[in-house]
Amino acid sequence: MTDTTSRRNFLKMGAAGASVLPFLRAMPAAAQGSDTLVVVTGATINSLDLHRSGTSRASYQVGINCYDRLLSFGTKQTPDGGFSYDYEVIEPELAESWTESEDGLTLTFKLKSNATFWDGRKVTAQDVKWSFDRAVSVGGFPTVQMKAGGLERPDQFEAVDEETFVIKLDRASKLTIPDLAVPVPYIMNSVEALANATEDDPWATEYLHTTPAGSGAYKVARWTPGEQLVYERNDDWVGGPLPALQRVVIREVPSPATRRALVERGDVQVAFDIPDKDAAELADTLDVFSTPVENCIHCLNPNFAFEPFQDSNVRKAIAYAIPYEDIFQAAAYGRGLPMWGGEEEITDIAWPRKTQYYTDIDKAKELMAASGYADGFDVPLSISLDLASWMEPTALLVQEALGEIGINVTIEKIPGANWRTAVLVEKRLPLHLENFGGWLNTPDYYFFWAYQDGHLFNSSNYRNEEVEELTNATLHMPMDDPEYAPKIMRMFEIVLDELPRIPLYQPALNVAMNGAEGYEFWFHRQLDVRPITRA
Amino acid sequence: MLASSPRLRATLLRVAQSIPVVIGVVIISFLLTRALPGDPAVYFAGVAADTASIEQTRVAMGLDKPLVQQFFIYVGNLLQGDLGQSLSSGRSVAADLAKRLPASLELTLSALILAIVIAVPLGVLAATRPGTWVDHLCRVVVTAGVSLPTFFTGILLIYIFYYLLGIAPSPLGRLDFIYLDPDHVTGFYLIDAALMGDWETWRGAAKQLILPATTLALFTLAPIARMTRAAMLTALSSDFIRTARAAGLSNRTILYRYAFRNALLPVVTTLGMVFSFALGANVLVEKVFAWPGIGSYAVEALVVSDYAAVQGFVLAMALLFVALNLVIDLLYTAIDPRIGFSSK
Repeated sequence: MTDTTSRRNFLKMGAAGASVLPFLRAMPAAAQGSDTLVVVTGATINSLDLHRSGTSRASYQVGINCYDRLLSFGTKQTPDGGFSYDYEVIEPELAESWTESEDGLTLTFKLKSNATFWDGRKVTAQDVKWSFDRAVSVGGFPTVQMKAGGLERPDQFEAVDEETFVIKLDRASKLTIPDLAVPVPYIMNSVEALANATEDDPWATEYLHTTPAGSGAYKVARWTPGEQLVYERNDDWVGGPLPALQRVVIREVPSPATRRALVERGDVQVAFDIPDKDAAELADTLDVFSTPVENCIHCLNPNFAFEPFQDSNVRKAIAYAIPYEDIFQAAAYGRGLPMWGGEEEITDIAWPRKTQYYTDIDKAKELMAASGYADGFDVPLSISLDLASWMEPTALLVQEALGEIGINVTIEKIPGANWRTAVLVEKRLPLHLENFGGWLNTPDYYFFWAYQDGHLFNSSNYRNEEVEELTNATLHMPMDDPEYAPKIMRMFEIVLDELPRIPLYQPALNVAMNGAEGYEFWFHRQLDVRPITRA
Repeated sequence: MLASSPRLRATLLRVAQSIPVVIGVVIISFLLTRALPGDPAVYFAGVAADTASIEQTRVAMGLDKPLVQQFFIYVGNLLQGDLGQSLSSGRSVAADLAKRLPASLELTLSALILAIVIAVPLGVLAATRPGTWVDHLCRVVVTAGVSLPTFFTGILLIYIFYYLLGIAPSPLGRLDFIYLDPDHVTGFYLIDAALMGDWETWRGAAKQLILPATTLALFTLAPIARMTRAAMLTALSSDFIRTARAAGLSNRTILYRYAFRNALLPVVTTLGMVFSFALGANVLVEKVFAWPGIGSYAVEALVVSDYAAVQGFVLAMALLFVALNLVIDLLYTAIDPRIGFSSK
């Protein structure tokens, strides 16, 4: 299936493929058939199994394109004319229908009776149960993500009969249904997996790592880590409308300059996740989609463990000193959304929202003078070398601005391997840049990760009893509950006043297309190739 | 048999001498990777990992054990030929190296051959005609080659030959996606495709090789040309050449039979050094041309503290250089019979 695929096997993969290939050999890349798409990306797909520990972000796309979940999100049009997934609309994928019990504690799913795995076997509720058991048992990221939706133990899942699957919840939560539509809870062919499981490896992680066994829209025709992944369409897919493309080649090209040349020349149709600078420059000539990443904010975080930052006036002084517009232009080339200069009064629950802060050095100086640190202080500003493309220009501008209000900033660059440990686990960086984004698009979910004490992305060591309480209360509450909106607005008010995270801007995910259409933005920030067509 | 063949005995002795070096490399690479900043367990536990899942990952990776125990496990596996599992690529390090080392070697060797073909004649010509336009050309090429960084040359070549002129193939690695990899025999696509008799793929692979090999050759030909010129000048001004001239030997004989052969020794030494730093300089060329070689593999492994991969890389490089030095030593004796193994 992977690099052991011989040339013969590959040619046998489909009559169409076999007949087209020799013909293609003599033709330039740009002239390939209209049913083949070539995508370039800078990231490495290092596993075909999302549940495995160590699986890179880029590998999640295999979970999306090759596997089905019970549910999926709908599609909506974005203001710039592109498409995006729609968090508000839940659509069936492998489930035909589902019902919720009166108390919201029992979810019953009816599976599509014509759904089959690639080997032709019918998808049964037993497969769903095995796949869910695996996700909550293997540990690491999939288990954490399942937990977010209240899915924690195998005994919560039951295969009632071949086509009926039941989830029992400990408490009703608005996050459960959306959490079933994220990439993690996908359905695997449990018979095939179990046949390749061993005593040491009961969840067949070694087998599924290189050999997907799913029912999804695309199969993996070949995979060479560090080079390419080739998808081949599964014509028997029932999870949604049959994709237009027969074959999709994901080619890994580390240099952004090379990726740009390739898509500009039209030899590849999609350049996925391109730098903001290229997006800004290519926007006039190609189709460039820069979708603001939902529930994600680039922030400057003053750490409460560092004494001067316990002073509210100091934090506010920083918020008024930051040159927001300059940062937005220098670090993001204007791609994304500004997060400054909004109304102080909070009247809605849209998140991310513009803060009431804006660049005003005089006001910042006044606040510094009123603080306990009128003479200023020294502080290191930490950035990650892996994220230097936006963090470095931002840090330089922040350094310059804070120098004006007496805060002497030195920039500390931390190697990528060390960054997560320092910023998120040890939470020891006095002043740093951070870019958390939540998959589930509700403000309370963002607060859960980024503002609750001890949680991973609360790298400022922030703790506010009221925020703790409100986040816990709203996390599972339905959004149409009359209590929900007032509580959320109160949460906004507190954290925007106390500023454990100073929002700078909402980043964008940039995709350039030349000769293809139908791109859809997804919260997981990976390419869903299913809706894409050749122009 | 050993007694009857001094060269074989000397070769075996040289191989034996390299064993302590390899042991040293194993220990140092193990310790150095552990001394790297960063915690691979945190990195590989994923984006939303909490303390418990980080700890789970740490146990799964065997990083909770004491360092000494980890070392013995590593050496034990190494003795069985198991280099460990790379976490970033998700495959065994041995498989990764088997795939990527030939890619880098193919690129480096092609570049080196290209560089030799250009640089050696250029150096010889410059030495025989000092001060003429050939000499100046040699100087310009050498200066340009050294002063242009490889990634810059690479991007420039892509811009001109691919983006503007459209005569170079897409810089998409070793083969355009419309071709299939030739069956794996040596891992060198040119050789494997030739072995299969698949000339279509051979041409495809050769086309992909031209730009990156040229980039690397521009960088490597400078020291070779420089060294050839200097060595030739020294040789041409030495006593035996004067004697040869006095004896009335033809210019051609003097130049190639006596001067060039004597000048070859320093050139071969330089070649060995150039080869080693070209493998290192590969990283940037590999990034620009999406070449799936060993340099970019090592850098990525280093960034995420992928211990097994880094150790495997260092070990493979150490073995490669031991072999390279041996080959160069043997070449010395072939070029100049006066150099015997016994004297070392």
